[in-house]
Amino acid sequence: MSTAGRRRRSQAVTRWVVLLVVGFFFVLPLYSMLLYSGRENPAGGSWSAWGVLTEDPTLTDAIKTSLELAVLTAVGMLLLLLPTMVWVRLKVPKARKAMEFICLLPLTIPAIVVVVGFQNVQLWVEYLVTDTALSLTFPYIVLVLPYCYRALDSGLSSIDVGTLSEAARSLGAGWGTVIARIIVPNVTSAILSAAFLAVALVFGEFTFASLLLFDNLQVVIAEFSLRNSVVSVAASLASLGLAFILLFALSFVGTRRKGREATS
Amino acid sequence: MAGSRRIGASVGLAPFLVYVTLFLFIPTIVVAIGAVTVDGRFTLEGITALKEPTMLEITYRTLLLAASTAVIGAMVGGLVAYVVSTAKPNGILRKSVASLSGVLAQFGGVTLAFAFIATVGREGVVSLWLKNHDIVDFTTSGWLFTLKGLVLVYTYFQVPLMVIVFLPALDGIRPQWREAADNLGATTAQYWRHVGLPLVFPAFLGSMLLLFANAFAAYATAAALVSQGSPILPLQIRKALQSEVVLGYQNLGYSIALEMVVIVSVVMYAYSRLERRTSGWLR
Repeated sequence: MSTAGRRRRSQAVTRWVVLLVVGFFFVLPLYSMLLYSGRENPAGGSWSAWGVLTEDPTLTDAIKTSLELAVLTAVGMLLLLLPTMVWVRLKVPKARKAMEFICLLPLTIPAIVVVVGFQNVQLWVEYLVTDTALSLTFPYIVLVLPYCYRALDSGLSSIDVGTLSEAARSLGAGWGTVIARIIVPNVTSAILSAAFLAVALVFGEFTFASLLLFDNLQVVIAEFSLRNSVVSVAASLASLGLAFILLFALSFVGTRRKGREATS
Repeated sequence: MAGSRRIGASVGLAPFLVYVTLFLFIPTIVVAIGAVTVDGRFTLEGITALKEPTMLEITYRTLLLAASTAVIGAMVGGLVAYVVSTAKPNGILRKSVASLSGVLAQFGGVTLAFAFIATVGREGVVSLWLKNHDIVDFTTSGWLFTLKGLVLVYTYFQVPLMVIVFLPALDGIRPQWREAADNLGATTAQYWRHVGLPLVFPAFLGSMLLLFANAFAAYATAAALVSQGSPILPLQIRKALQSEVVLGYQNLGYSIALEMVVIVSVVMYAYSRLERRTSGWLR
Protein backbone atom coordinates (compact mmCIF):
# COMPACT_ATOMS: atom_id res chain seq x y z
CA MET A 1 0.00 0.00 0.00
CA SER A 2 2.62 2.51 1.08
CA THR A 3 5.03 1.43 -1.70
CA ALA A 4 2.27 1.97 -4.24
CA GLY A 5 1.41 5.35 -2.68
CA ARG A 6 5.02 6.50 -2.66
CA ARG A 7 5.46 5.29 -6.21
CA ARG A 8 2.35 7.14 -7.33
CA ARG A 9 3.64 10.35 -5.79
CA SER A 10 7.09 10.07 -7.36
CA GLN A 11 5.46 9.21 -10.68
CA ALA A 12 3.40 12.38 -10.45
CA VAL A 13 6.53 14.47 -9.84
CA THR A 14 8.39 12.88 -12.78
CA ARG A 15 5.31 13.35 -14.94
CA TRP A 16 5.13 17.08 -14.38
CA VAL A 17 8.88 17.61 -14.75
CA VAL A 18 8.93 15.72 -18.07
CA LEU A 19 5.82 17.42 -19.42
CA LEU A 20 7.02 20.89 -18.45
CA VAL A 21 10.45 20.44 -20.06
CA VAL A 22 9.09 18.88 -23.26
CA GLY A 23 6.18 21.31 -23.28
CA PHE A 24 8.60 24.22 -23.16
CA PHE A 25 10.33 22.96 -26.32
CA PHE A 26 6.96 22.74 -28.05
CA VAL A 27 5.57 26.07 -26.92
CA LEU A 28 8.70 28.12 -27.57
CA PRO A 29 8.49 28.12 -31.41
CA LEU A 30 4.78 28.99 -31.29
CA TYR A 31 5.40 31.84 -28.87
CA SER A 32 8.31 33.05 -31.00
CA MET A 33 6.06 33.03 -34.06
CA LEU A 34 3.57 35.23 -32.26
CA LEU A 35 6.26 37.75 -31.23
CA TYR A 36 7.89 37.65 -34.67
CA SER A 37 4.59 38.22 -36.46
CA GLY A 38 4.12 41.46 -34.49
CA ARG A 39 7.36 43.02 -35.68
CA GLU A 40 7.65 46.08 -37.86
CA ASN A 41 7.96 45.06 -41.49
CA PRO A 42 8.00 46.48 -45.03
CA ALA A 43 4.18 46.63 -44.95
CA GLY A 44 4.10 48.93 -41.92
CA GLY A 45 4.47 49.12 -38.16
CA SER A 46 3.93 46.60 -35.39
CA TRP A 47 1.28 43.93 -36.04
CA SER A 48 0.64 45.27 -39.55
CA ALA A 49 1.59 41.88 -41.03
CA TRP A 50 -1.72 40.41 -39.87
CA GLY A 51 -3.65 42.95 -41.91
CA VAL A 52 -1.74 41.97 -45.06
CA LEU A 53 -3.16 38.44 -44.76
CA THR A 54 -6.63 39.57 -45.72
CA GLU A 55 -5.56 42.35 -48.07
CA ASP A 56 -2.77 41.09 -50.29
CA PRO A 57 -4.35 39.68 -53.48
CA THR A 58 -1.79 36.86 -53.93
CA LEU A 59 -2.50 35.67 -50.39
CA THR A 60 -6.27 35.95 -50.58
CA ASP A 61 -6.26 34.18 -53.96
CA ALA A 62 -4.16 31.39 -52.48
CA ILE A 63 -6.46 31.08 -49.47
CA LYS A 64 -9.40 30.81 -51.85
CA THR A 65 -7.62 28.16 -53.94
CA SER A 66 -6.74 26.10 -50.86
CA LEU A 67 -10.29 26.41 -49.58
CA GLU A 68 -11.74 25.20 -52.89
CA LEU A 69 -9.23 22.36 -53.03
CA ALA A 70 -10.08 21.35 -49.47
CA VAL A 71 -13.80 21.20 -50.20
CA LEU A 72 -13.36 19.38 -53.51
CA THR A 73 -10.95 16.86 -51.95
CA ALA A 74 -13.23 16.17 -48.98
CA VAL A 75 -16.27 15.69 -51.22
CA GLY A 76 -14.37 13.64 -53.81
CA MET A 77 -12.81 11.46 -51.13
CA LEU A 78 -16.21 10.73 -49.58
CA LEU A 79 -17.80 9.96 -52.96
CA LEU A 80 -14.98 7.59 -53.81
CA LEU A 81 -14.46 5.90 -50.46
CA LEU A 82 -17.82 5.63 -48.73
CA PRO A 83 -19.81 3.76 -51.43
CA THR A 84 -16.86 1.48 -52.13
CA MET A 85 -16.34 0.68 -48.45
CA VAL A 86 -20.03 -0.07 -47.94
CA TRP A 87 -20.04 -2.19 -51.10
CA VAL A 88 -17.01 -4.17 -49.92
CA ARG A 89 -18.63 -4.88 -46.55
CA LEU A 90 -21.86 -6.05 -48.13
CA LYS A 91 -20.85 -7.78 -51.34
CA VAL A 92 -17.15 -8.65 -51.38
CA PRO A 93 -15.95 -8.95 -47.77
CA LYS A 94 -12.97 -10.91 -49.08
CA ALA A 95 -11.64 -7.73 -50.67
CA ARG A 96 -11.57 -5.83 -47.37
CA LYS A 97 -7.94 -6.59 -46.51
CA ALA A 98 -6.86 -5.71 -50.05
CA MET A 99 -8.73 -2.42 -49.94
CA GLU A 100 -7.22 -1.51 -46.59
CA PHE A 101 -3.77 -2.31 -47.97
CA ILE A 102 -4.33 -0.07 -50.99
CA CYS A 103 -5.71 2.77 -48.88
CA LEU A 104 -2.71 2.69 -46.55
CA LEU A 105 -0.20 2.52 -49.43
CA PRO A 106 0.27 6.31 -49.67
CA LEU A 107 1.98 6.06 -46.27
CA THR A 108 4.61 3.82 -47.82
CA ILE A 109 4.98 5.57 -51.16
CA PRO A 110 6.24 9.05 -50.24
CA ALA A 111 4.42 12.00 -51.83
CA ILE A 112 7.70 13.22 -53.30
CA VAL A 113 7.95 9.90 -55.19
CA VAL A 114 4.39 10.02 -56.51
CA VAL A 115 5.07 13.55 -57.78
CA VAL A 116 7.99 12.32 -59.86
CA GLY A 117 5.81 9.79 -61.66
CA PHE A 118 2.87 12.13 -61.79
CA GLN A 119 3.95 14.45 -64.61
CA ASN A 120 2.38 12.37 -67.39
CA VAL A 121 -0.86 11.82 -65.52
CA GLN A 122 -0.94 15.54 -64.79
CA LEU A 123 -0.67 16.35 -68.53
CA TRP A 124 -3.76 14.21 -69.18
CA VAL A 125 -5.68 15.81 -66.32
CA GLU A 126 -4.82 19.26 -67.63
CA TYR A 127 -5.86 18.23 -71.14
CA LEU A 128 -9.10 16.48 -70.18
CA VAL A 129 -10.35 18.21 -67.03
CA THR A 130 -8.76 21.48 -65.99
CA ASP A 131 -5.39 23.17 -66.08
CA THR A 132 -6.01 25.29 -62.98
CA ALA A 133 -4.72 24.58 -59.49
CA LEU A 134 -7.97 22.70 -58.85
CA SER A 135 -6.48 19.79 -60.82
CA LEU A 136 -4.55 19.09 -57.62
CA THR A 137 -7.77 17.60 -56.24
CA PHE A 138 -6.92 14.30 -57.96
CA PRO A 139 -3.60 13.62 -56.23
CA TYR A 140 -4.90 15.12 -52.98
CA ILE A 141 -7.64 12.50 -52.76
CA VAL A 142 -4.91 9.84 -52.92
CA LEU A 143 -2.88 11.72 -50.32
CA VAL A 144 -5.69 11.77 -47.74
CA LEU A 145 -6.77 8.15 -48.38
CA PRO A 146 -4.98 6.48 -45.43
CA TYR A 147 -6.28 8.93 -42.82
CA CYS A 148 -9.82 9.11 -44.16
CA TYR A 149 -10.02 5.36 -44.67
CA ARG A 150 -9.21 4.77 -41.01
CA ALA A 151 -11.76 7.33 -39.86
CA LEU A 152 -14.54 5.89 -42.03
CA ASP A 153 -13.57 2.31 -41.24
CA SER A 154 -13.93 2.83 -37.50
CA GLY A 155 -17.31 4.45 -38.06
CA LEU A 156 -18.61 1.67 -40.30
CA SER A 157 -17.31 -0.97 -37.88
CA SER A 158 -19.45 0.46 -35.10
CA ILE A 159 -22.74 -0.16 -36.96
CA ASP A 160 -24.22 -3.29 -38.48
CA VAL A 161 -24.04 -2.32 -42.16
CA GLY A 162 -25.33 -5.70 -43.34
CA THR A 163 -28.55 -5.84 -41.33
CA LEU A 164 -29.34 -2.17 -41.85
CA SER A 165 -29.02 -2.30 -45.60
CA GLU A 166 -30.85 -5.64 -45.93
CA ALA A 167 -33.72 -4.18 -43.96
CA ALA A 168 -33.79 -1.14 -46.21
CA ARG A 169 -33.44 -3.24 -49.39
CA SER A 170 -36.30 -5.54 -48.36
CA LEU A 171 -38.48 -2.47 -47.95
CA GLY A 172 -37.68 -1.55 -51.53
CA ALA A 173 -34.83 0.99 -51.16
CA GLY A 174 -32.30 1.27 -53.98
CA TRP A 175 -28.57 1.32 -53.34
CA GLY A 176 -28.44 5.09 -53.54
CA THR A 177 -31.14 5.38 -50.88
CA VAL A 178 -29.38 2.83 -48.68
CA ILE A 179 -26.16 4.82 -48.69
CA ALA A 180 -27.65 8.30 -48.52
CA ARG A 181 -30.50 7.70 -46.07
CA ILE A 182 -29.46 4.66 -44.02
CA ILE A 183 -25.65 4.45 -43.83
CA VAL A 184 -24.68 8.14 -43.92
CA PRO A 185 -26.94 9.29 -41.04
CA ASN A 186 -25.54 6.47 -38.91
CA VAL A 187 -21.88 7.36 -39.44
CA THR A 188 -22.06 11.17 -39.50
CA SER A 189 -19.31 11.62 -36.93
CA ALA A 190 -16.95 9.34 -38.89
CA ILE A 191 -17.76 11.25 -42.09
CA LEU A 192 -17.12 14.50 -40.28
CA SER A 193 -13.78 13.19 -38.96
CA ALA A 194 -12.71 12.10 -42.43
CA ALA A 195 -13.75 15.43 -43.95
CA PHE A 196 -11.94 17.46 -41.25
CA LEU A 197 -8.79 15.43 -41.75
CA ALA A 198 -8.97 15.95 -45.51
CA VAL A 199 -9.42 19.71 -45.07
CA ALA A 200 -6.56 19.97 -42.57
CA LEU A 201 -4.21 17.96 -44.78
CA VAL A 202 -5.06 19.92 -47.94
CA PHE A 203 -4.50 23.23 -46.15
CA GLY A 204 -1.02 22.10 -45.14
CA GLU A 205 -0.08 20.56 -48.49
CA PHE A 206 3.06 21.86 -50.14
CA THR A 207 4.83 19.01 -51.98
CA PHE A 208 2.47 18.49 -54.93
CA ALA A 209 1.54 22.13 -55.37
CA SER A 210 5.10 23.44 -55.39
CA LEU A 211 6.53 20.77 -57.70
CA LEU A 212 3.60 20.85 -60.13
CA LEU A 213 3.94 24.66 -60.08
CA PHE A 214 0.58 25.68 -58.66
CA ASP A 215 -0.01 28.41 -56.08
CA ASN A 216 -1.80 27.07 -53.06
CA LEU A 217 -1.65 28.65 -49.61
CA GLN A 218 1.58 26.98 -48.50
CA VAL A 219 3.42 27.74 -51.74
CA VAL A 220 2.47 31.41 -51.53
CA ILE A 221 3.48 31.63 -47.86
CA ALA A 222 6.89 30.21 -48.76
CA GLU A 223 7.31 32.63 -51.68
CA PHE A 224 6.17 35.60 -49.63
CA SER A 225 9.16 35.29 -47.33
CA LEU A 226 11.38 36.70 -50.07
CA ARG A 227 9.42 39.96 -49.87
CA ASN A 228 8.34 40.01 -46.24
CA SER A 229 9.18 37.24 -43.81
CA VAL A 230 7.05 38.76 -41.05
CA VAL A 231 3.94 38.25 -43.20
CA SER A 232 5.03 34.66 -43.91
CA VAL A 233 5.32 33.96 -40.21
CA ALA A 234 1.94 35.56 -39.50
CA ALA A 235 0.35 33.51 -42.29
CA SER A 236 2.01 30.33 -41.00
CA LEU A 237 0.69 30.98 -37.53
CA ALA A 238 -2.79 31.66 -38.91
CA SER A 239 -2.86 28.48 -40.99
CA LEU A 240 -1.51 26.53 -38.05
CA GLY A 241 -4.23 27.96 -35.84
CA LEU A 242 -6.83 26.86 -38.36
CA ALA A 243 -5.41 23.32 -38.49
CA PHE A 244 -5.32 23.23 -34.68
CA ILE A 245 -8.96 24.20 -34.42
CA LEU A 246 -10.00 21.67 -37.08
CA LEU A 247 -8.04 18.77 -35.66
CA PHE A 248 -8.91 19.61 -32.08
CA ALA A 249 -12.59 19.73 -32.93
CA LEU A 250 -12.01 16.39 -34.63
CA SER A 251 -10.59 14.81 -31.50
CA PHE A 252 -13.78 15.79 -29.68
CA VAL A 253 -16.01 14.35 -32.40
CA GLY A 254 -13.94 11.20 -32.00
CA THR A 255 -14.32 10.94 -28.23
CA ARG A 256 -18.02 11.63 -28.39
CA ARG A 257 -18.48 8.74 -30.77
CA LYS A 258 -16.43 6.46 -28.56
CA GLY A 259 -18.51 7.47 -25.56
CA ARG A 260 -21.68 6.51 -27.37
CA GLU A 261 -20.20 3.16 -28.35
CA ALA A 262 -19.36 2.40 -24.75
CA THR A 263 -22.88 3.09 -23.52
CA SER A 264 -24.70 1.19 -26.27
CA MET B 1 -24.58 -18.33 -62.14
CA ALA B 2 -22.73 -17.88 -58.86
CA GLY B 3 -19.61 -16.96 -60.77
CA SER B 4 -21.32 -14.22 -62.74
CA ARG B 5 -22.84 -12.82 -59.57
CA ARG B 6 -19.40 -12.65 -58.01
CA ILE B 7 -18.10 -10.77 -61.04
CA GLY B 8 -21.13 -8.51 -60.76
CA ALA B 9 -20.29 -7.78 -57.14
CA SER B 10 -16.68 -6.93 -57.97
CA VAL B 11 -17.84 -4.34 -60.50
CA GLY B 12 -18.75 -2.11 -57.56
CA LEU B 13 -15.04 -1.83 -56.81
CA ALA B 14 -14.22 -0.60 -60.30
CA PRO B 15 -14.40 3.18 -59.72
CA PHE B 16 -12.11 2.97 -56.71
CA LEU B 17 -9.66 0.66 -58.45
CA VAL B 18 -9.57 2.79 -61.60
CA TYR B 19 -8.94 5.86 -59.47
CA VAL B 20 -6.04 4.47 -57.46
CA THR B 21 -4.59 2.92 -60.61
CA LEU B 22 -4.56 6.26 -62.39
CA PHE B 23 -3.34 8.42 -59.54
CA LEU B 24 -1.22 6.10 -57.41
CA PHE B 25 -0.18 2.93 -59.26
CA ILE B 26 0.64 4.48 -62.64
CA PRO B 27 2.86 7.21 -61.13
CA THR B 28 4.69 4.58 -59.08
CA ILE B 29 5.14 2.30 -62.08
CA VAL B 30 6.34 5.26 -64.16
CA VAL B 31 9.01 5.85 -61.50
CA ALA B 32 10.10 2.21 -61.49
CA ILE B 33 10.27 2.03 -65.29
CA GLY B 34 11.83 5.48 -65.62
CA ALA B 35 14.63 4.44 -63.28
CA VAL B 36 15.83 1.74 -65.65
CA THR B 37 15.09 3.20 -69.10
CA VAL B 38 16.22 6.11 -71.21
CA ASP B 39 14.18 6.84 -74.35
CA GLY B 40 12.47 3.48 -74.06
CA ARG B 41 15.73 1.58 -73.91
CA PHE B 42 16.70 -0.52 -70.89
CA THR B 43 19.72 0.84 -69.04
CA LEU B 44 21.20 0.70 -65.59
CA GLU B 45 22.75 4.17 -65.91
CA GLY B 46 20.27 5.65 -63.44
CA ILE B 47 20.97 2.96 -60.88
CA THR B 48 24.74 3.20 -61.25
CA ALA B 49 24.47 6.99 -60.88
CA LEU B 50 23.21 6.33 -57.35
CA LYS B 51 26.56 4.73 -56.57
CA GLU B 52 28.56 7.86 -57.32
CA PRO B 53 30.33 9.28 -54.26
CA THR B 54 28.18 12.45 -54.08
CA MET B 55 24.96 10.45 -54.28
CA LEU B 56 26.18 7.95 -51.70
CA GLU B 57 27.04 10.85 -49.43
CA ILE B 58 23.53 12.31 -49.83
CA THR B 59 21.93 8.91 -49.17
CA TYR B 60 24.06 8.50 -46.08
CA ARG B 61 23.09 11.95 -44.84
CA THR B 62 19.39 11.23 -45.38
CA LEU B 63 19.67 7.95 -43.48
CA LEU B 64 21.54 9.75 -40.71
CA LEU B 65 18.83 12.44 -40.49
CA ALA B 66 16.05 9.84 -40.40
CA ALA B 67 17.87 7.63 -37.89
CA SER B 68 18.91 10.39 -35.51
CA THR B 69 15.48 12.03 -35.42
CA ALA B 70 13.89 8.58 -35.02
CA VAL B 71 16.11 7.84 -32.01
CA ILE B 72 15.63 11.28 -30.42
CA GLY B 73 11.90 11.19 -31.15
CA ALA B 74 11.56 7.67 -29.76
CA MET B 75 13.45 8.52 -26.56
CA VAL B 76 11.66 11.78 -25.78
CA GLY B 77 8.28 10.65 -27.11
CA GLY B 78 8.62 7.33 -25.31
CA LEU B 79 9.30 9.15 -22.05
CA VAL B 80 6.31 11.43 -22.55
CA ALA B 81 4.10 8.45 -23.42
CA TYR B 82 5.32 6.67 -20.28
CA VAL B 83 4.60 9.52 -17.88
CA VAL B 84 1.20 10.00 -19.48
CA SER B 85 0.39 6.29 -19.30
CA THR B 86 0.87 6.32 -15.52
CA ALA B 87 -1.66 9.16 -15.19
CA LYS B 88 -5.40 8.59 -14.72
CA PRO B 89 -6.64 6.58 -17.74
CA ASN B 90 -9.50 8.92 -18.59
CA GLY B 91 -8.07 12.06 -17.04
CA ILE B 92 -7.95 15.45 -18.72
CA LEU B 93 -4.13 15.42 -18.84
CA ARG B 94 -3.99 12.24 -20.82
CA LYS B 95 -6.72 13.31 -23.21
CA SER B 96 -5.12 16.68 -23.91
CA VAL B 97 -1.65 15.22 -24.42
CA ALA B 98 -3.10 12.64 -26.82
CA SER B 99 -5.06 15.16 -28.89
CA LEU B 100 -2.24 17.70 -28.87
CA SER B 101 0.16 15.02 -30.10
CA GLY B 102 -2.31 14.11 -32.83
CA VAL B 103 -2.32 17.70 -34.01
CA LEU B 104 1.43 18.32 -33.70
CA ALA B 105 2.38 15.10 -35.48
CA GLN B 106 0.62 16.50 -38.58
CA PHE B 107 2.42 19.81 -38.19
CA GLY B 108 5.06 20.06 -40.85
CA GLY B 109 6.02 21.72 -44.07
CA VAL B 110 6.13 25.45 -44.59
CA THR B 111 4.47 26.41 -41.31
CA LEU B 112 6.91 24.36 -39.27
CA ALA B 113 9.85 25.80 -41.17
CA PHE B 114 8.69 29.34 -40.44
CA ALA B 115 8.08 28.47 -36.79
CA PHE B 116 11.76 27.65 -36.44
CA ILE B 117 12.92 30.56 -38.59
CA ALA B 118 10.99 32.84 -36.22
CA THR B 119 12.64 31.11 -33.25
CA VAL B 120 16.26 30.30 -34.04
CA GLY B 121 16.68 31.75 -37.54
CA ARG B 122 19.03 34.64 -38.22
CA GLU B 123 16.56 37.14 -36.79
CA GLY B 124 14.68 34.66 -34.63
CA VAL B 125 13.24 35.68 -31.29
CA VAL B 126 15.42 33.23 -29.34
CA SER B 127 18.50 33.98 -31.45
CA LEU B 128 18.25 37.69 -30.64
CA TRP B 129 17.65 36.96 -26.96
CA LEU B 130 20.71 34.69 -26.80
CA LYS B 131 22.81 37.29 -28.60
CA ASN B 132 21.69 40.14 -26.36
CA HIS B 133 22.57 38.09 -23.31
CA ASP B 134 25.99 37.23 -24.79
CA ILE B 135 25.33 33.51 -24.60
CA VAL B 136 25.72 32.46 -28.20
CA ASP B 137 25.39 34.28 -31.53
CA PHE B 138 23.16 32.52 -34.08
CA THR B 139 22.36 35.67 -35.99
CA THR B 140 25.19 35.31 -38.47
CA SER B 141 25.28 31.54 -38.82
CA GLY B 142 22.98 29.54 -41.05
CA TRP B 143 23.05 26.38 -38.95
CA LEU B 144 19.26 26.11 -39.04
CA PHE B 145 19.48 25.50 -42.78
CA THR B 146 21.95 22.62 -42.47
CA LEU B 147 21.47 19.01 -41.46
CA LYS B 148 21.74 19.94 -37.76
CA GLY B 149 18.88 22.38 -38.16
CA LEU B 150 16.78 19.74 -39.93
CA VAL B 151 17.34 17.33 -37.03
CA LEU B 152 16.02 19.95 -34.59
CA VAL B 153 13.02 20.83 -36.75
CA TYR B 154 12.07 17.20 -37.51
CA THR B 155 12.12 16.44 -33.78
CA TYR B 156 9.10 18.69 -33.50
CA PHE B 157 6.86 16.26 -35.37
CA GLN B 158 8.69 13.04 -34.47
CA VAL B 159 8.14 13.33 -30.71
CA PRO B 160 4.34 13.68 -30.92
CA LEU B 161 4.15 10.89 -33.51
CA MET B 162 5.98 8.63 -31.07
CA VAL B 163 3.52 9.54 -28.34
CA ILE B 164 0.56 8.55 -30.55
CA VAL B 165 1.93 5.23 -31.74
CA PHE B 166 3.63 4.15 -28.51
CA LEU B 167 0.93 5.05 -25.99
CA PRO B 168 -1.36 2.11 -26.89
CA ALA B 169 1.53 -0.31 -26.31
CA LEU B 170 2.17 1.12 -22.84
CA ASP B 171 -1.54 0.89 -22.07
CA GLY B 172 -1.23 -2.83 -22.76
CA ILE B 173 0.85 -3.18 -19.59
CA ARG B 174 -1.55 -4.08 -16.80
CA PRO B 175 -0.91 -2.47 -13.40
CA GLN B 176 -1.61 -5.94 -11.97
CA TRP B 177 1.65 -7.22 -13.44
CA ARG B 178 3.53 -4.57 -11.55
CA GLU B 179 1.68 -5.46 -8.37
CA ALA B 180 2.37 -9.15 -8.94
CA ALA B 181 6.07 -8.39 -9.31
CA ASP B 182 5.95 -6.29 -6.11
CA ASN B 183 4.31 -9.12 -4.21
CA LEU B 184 7.02 -11.49 -5.34
CA GLY B 185 9.58 -9.03 -3.96
CA ALA B 186 10.89 -7.55 -7.21
CA THR B 187 12.59 -4.15 -7.15
CA THR B 188 11.69 -1.48 -9.69
CA ALA B 189 14.83 -2.27 -11.68
CA GLN B 190 14.07 -5.99 -11.66
CA TYR B 191 10.49 -5.36 -12.74
CA TRP B 192 11.58 -3.31 -15.73
CA ARG B 193 14.40 -5.66 -16.68
CA HIS B 194 12.40 -8.88 -16.57
CA VAL B 195 8.81 -7.81 -17.23
CA GLY B 196 8.35 -4.24 -18.49
CA LEU B 197 11.09 -3.82 -21.07
CA PRO B 198 10.75 -7.23 -22.75
CA LEU B 199 7.05 -6.45 -23.18
CA VAL B 200 7.34 -2.99 -24.67
CA PHE B 201 10.59 -3.43 -26.56
CA PRO B 202 9.10 -4.78 -29.84
CA ALA B 203 6.56 -1.95 -29.83
CA PHE B 204 9.28 0.58 -29.09
CA LEU B 205 11.41 -0.71 -31.94
CA GLY B 206 8.40 -0.76 -34.26
CA SER B 207 7.47 2.82 -33.41
CA MET B 208 11.06 3.86 -34.02
CA LEU B 209 10.93 2.29 -37.49
CA LEU B 210 7.75 4.22 -38.25
CA LEU B 211 9.46 7.42 -37.16
CA PHE B 212 12.41 6.57 -39.36
CA ALA B 213 10.20 6.12 -42.43
CA ASN B 214 8.33 9.30 -41.57
CA ALA B 215 11.49 11.41 -41.47
CA PHE B 216 13.08 9.68 -44.44
CA ALA B 217 10.10 10.43 -46.69
CA ALA B 218 9.47 13.99 -45.46
CA TYR B 219 9.88 16.62 -48.15
CA ALA B 220 7.91 19.79 -47.46
CA THR B 221 9.65 20.85 -44.24
CA ALA B 222 13.12 20.43 -45.69
CA ALA B 223 12.13 22.08 -48.97
CA ALA B 224 10.73 25.14 -47.21
CA LEU B 225 13.77 25.44 -44.96
CA VAL B 226 16.61 24.68 -47.36
CA SER B 227 16.25 26.73 -50.52
CA GLN B 228 19.85 26.41 -51.64
CA GLY B 229 21.66 23.14 -52.04
CA SER B 230 20.22 19.65 -51.78
CA PRO B 231 21.71 17.89 -48.77
CA ILE B 232 19.12 15.06 -48.64
CA LEU B 233 17.46 12.71 -51.14
CA PRO B 234 14.02 14.38 -51.31
CA LEU B 235 15.68 17.71 -52.09
CA GLN B 236 17.88 16.00 -54.67
CA ILE B 237 14.65 14.91 -56.37
CA ARG B 238 13.49 18.51 -56.39
CA LYS B 239 16.74 19.50 -58.06
CA ALA B 240 16.31 16.76 -60.66
CA LEU B 241 12.71 17.81 -61.39
CA GLN B 242 13.54 21.47 -61.68
CA SER B 243 16.49 21.01 -64.00
CA GLU B 244 14.98 18.44 -66.31
CA VAL B 245 16.38 20.31 -69.30
CA VAL B 246 19.78 18.99 -68.32
CA LEU B 247 20.16 15.64 -70.06
CA GLY B 248 20.07 12.64 -67.76
CA TYR B 249 18.77 14.52 -64.76
CA GLN B 250 15.17 13.39 -65.17
CA ASN B 251 16.46 9.83 -65.13
CA LEU B 252 18.32 10.51 -61.89
CA GLY B 253 15.07 11.82 -60.37
CA TYR B 254 13.40 8.51 -61.17
CA SER B 255 16.18 6.42 -59.72
CA ILE B 256 16.37 8.45 -56.49
CA ALA B 257 12.59 8.13 -56.17
CA LEU B 258 12.88 4.37 -56.66
CA GLU B 259 15.65 4.19 -54.06
CA MET B 260 13.40 6.01 -51.59
CA VAL B 261 10.41 3.71 -52.22
CA VAL B 262 12.59 0.63 -51.74
CA ILE B 263 14.05 1.88 -48.45
CA VAL B 264 10.70 3.05 -47.05
CA SER B 265 9.01 -0.24 -48.09
CA VAL B 266 11.63 -2.34 -46.33
CA VAL B 267 11.30 -0.26 -43.15
CA MET B 268 7.49 -0.32 -43.25
CA TYR B 269 7.51 -4.09 -43.81
CA ALA B 270 9.68 -4.56 -40.73
CA TYR B 271 7.34 -2.21 -38.85
CA SER B 272 4.23 -4.18 -39.77
CA ARG B 273 5.90 -7.44 -38.68
CA LEU B 274 6.80 -5.97 -35.30
CA GLU B 275 3.37 -4.43 -34.91
CA ARG B 276 1.68 -7.76 -35.54
CA ARG B 277 3.82 -9.26 -32.80
CA THR B 278 2.79 -6.64 -30.25
CA SER B 279 -0.89 -6.47 -31.17
CA GLY B 280 -1.23 -10.05 -29.88
CA TRP B 281 -1.02 -9.05 -26.22
CA LEU B 282 -2.38 -5.55 -26.67
CA ARG B 283 -6.02 -6.55 -26.63
